Amino acid sequence: MNARVKEPLILIDDQKKTFKVARNNFIDSEVLQAERDRIFGNCWLYVGHGSELNKPGDFMMREVGGRSILFAKDREGVVRAMYNTCPHRGAQVCRERSGNAKSFQCFYHGWVFGLDGKLRSQPGEEAYPEGFKDDPSSSLSVVKRMESYRDLYFICFDDDAVSLDTYLGNAKEYLDLICDQAEDGLEIVRGAQEYAINANWKLLTENSIDGYHAASTHATYMDYLKSTDGGLTSVALTGYGRDLGNGHAVIEYAAPWGRPVAQWIPMWGETGKKEIGEILARLEARHGKERAERIAYKNRNLHIFPNLIINDIMALTVRTYFPKSESEMQVNAWAAAPRGESGWARKFRLFNFLEFLGPGGFATPDDVEALEHCQRGYLNSREVRWNDISKGMSQATPAMTDEEQMRAFWKQWNARMTGMQAGA
Amino acid sequence: MNAETIGLASNAVSRAEVEDFLYYEAELLDAWRLPEWLQLFTEDATYEVPTTNLPADASSDENLFYIADDRFRLGERVKRLMKRAAHAEFPHSKTRHIVANVSLRGRDVGRLDISCSFVTYRTKDSATHLFFGTLRYQLVQAEGQLRIRCKRVLLDTDGLRQQGRLSIIL
Ligand code: FES
Ligand SMILES: [Fe+2]
Repeated sequence: MNARVKEPLILIDDQKKTFKVARNNFIDSEVLQAERDRIFGNCWLYVGHGSELNKPGDFMMREVGGRSILFAKDREGVVRAMYNTCPHRGAQVCRERSGNAKSFQCFYHGWVFGLDGKLRSQPGEEAYPEGFKDDPSSSLSVVKRMESYRDLYFICFDDDAVSLDTYLGNAKEYLDLICDQAEDGLEIVRGAQEYAINANWKLLTENSIDGYHAASTHATYMDYLKSTDGGLTSVALTGYGRDLGNGHAVIEYAAPWGRPVAQWIPMWGETGKKEIGEILARLEARHGKERAERIAYKNRNLHIFPNLIINDIMALTVRTYFPKSESEMQVNAWAAAPRGESGWARKFRLFNFLEFLGPGGFATPDDVEALEHCQRGYLNSREVRWNDISKGMSQATPAMTDEEQMRAFWKQWNARMTGMQAGA
Repeated sequence: MNAETIGLASNAVSRAEVEDFLYYEAELLDAWRLPEWLQLFTEDATYEVPTTNLPADASSDENLFYIADDRFRLGERVKRLMKRAAHAEFPHSKTRHIVANVSLRGRDVGRLDISCSFVTYRTKDSATHLFFGTLRYQLVQAEGQLRIRCKRVLLDTDGLRQQGRLSIIL
């Protein structure tokens, strides 16, 4: 890395209780180069949800950590992630975004692979030596490390990485709270929002767990809620932010909007009241009153280091994002929902999702605008060098509007980038 | 000709009249005369932009869209976009809505199903992005004038990778 990268990436002053992040981290292509190796080459990265591969033969083509990945389920129900490149001369074997297949054929010279990636046949087989087909290098390469937690599948390009379970650590408590809202597991709703932001990927990590910006950035969303007929409860927006270790973080809070599992708002009327009441009763039966109420009434914006966000808010969204360059990222966002929920609940969930979330929502576009303007502001980063994320650092229990969550991210990021990280 | 002057006997509306209506709509959008634009919609109208890997007739009750507004939320979208605090559109971007290839897909008494191709350019902060695809309208006749009951935008793009966001109205 160049001279400027050798300067500290973050500055923590425990005496003064300040935490600074070098703006160079957002604009330097050598920082990104190092991230590709030390972050995306080493961390567990979300690839997809089990519900996206329902039937044997279902597959999805995904770009994960800069790799082209084929995520597929074979006849026996085994889920794999394979590198989507032909062992012959490299062409991408799968060229469809998703579908159902019996086998995968590379169109270049016609090699055919099974759903498990094994080479089945090649045109002109007689010209190959005996045993050629059985050599592992003749088949699609499988990503060695793929593990799942509650049907969320992750892959890791570091063969020596700790287990996903260890990696997730304290974040599992919150993943459980999120997944426990469903009796029969969560599923991804059909339709993916795929967009892009002209900003460094780390700005979206920060933004997704930032409870500080809502009042000013999302003033028009709040106006909208107020003008709806019964779109709000009297619940105040309050909660805390927590560093979960390993770079993961969460904000957990009460909020005035409706939650399909399960906070009723007057707009949902009597039908809704009954539906929500039943959902709550079943939650209580499964988890006891205290936990049921936490699941139902608390919102969670959970960040799994480095680039997975699960927001359990007025709807449930799973979002992952990858850098295209130091100043561009691609974002994929899905709606998740309890399998088998009623048509009523699904409809309101999706209606809720779109009022806030996504590139056509009443809030996300303003987030995007903010991130892009940060990125542009960093044009001045040689002269104006530091971001400040000290808010709430002297607080014993940081609030959701403090910046503890971002500090959690940056500490881990710094440790990995400088090779100082301990354990996971 | 503008919407105010389109009078139609049911089933007797011409392609030219429909085109004039669509051009007028485009003109209002390009001029950011959104409150007037909203008046082109019926009280039970919907405005939808599905995500780009869904079938053309997918329902927003079961699938994730980019936008699925009922009339109330469409009104709120307009209110929001006219505010300074709609940061994504402050200052307003410059847009150019172009509609072409208008075809009548079906008609019933007082109701027309129209489809057309569209290209919309959006310029903001020195960058220009392109949106294109098919617009599907359900038009109805209300008080002698054409009104939009349903407008569905079918994008031909792979998601919004180039455009980033959908903060304007297509
Ligand atoms: S590159 Fe795939 S068969 Fe030759
Ligand atoms: Fe936000």
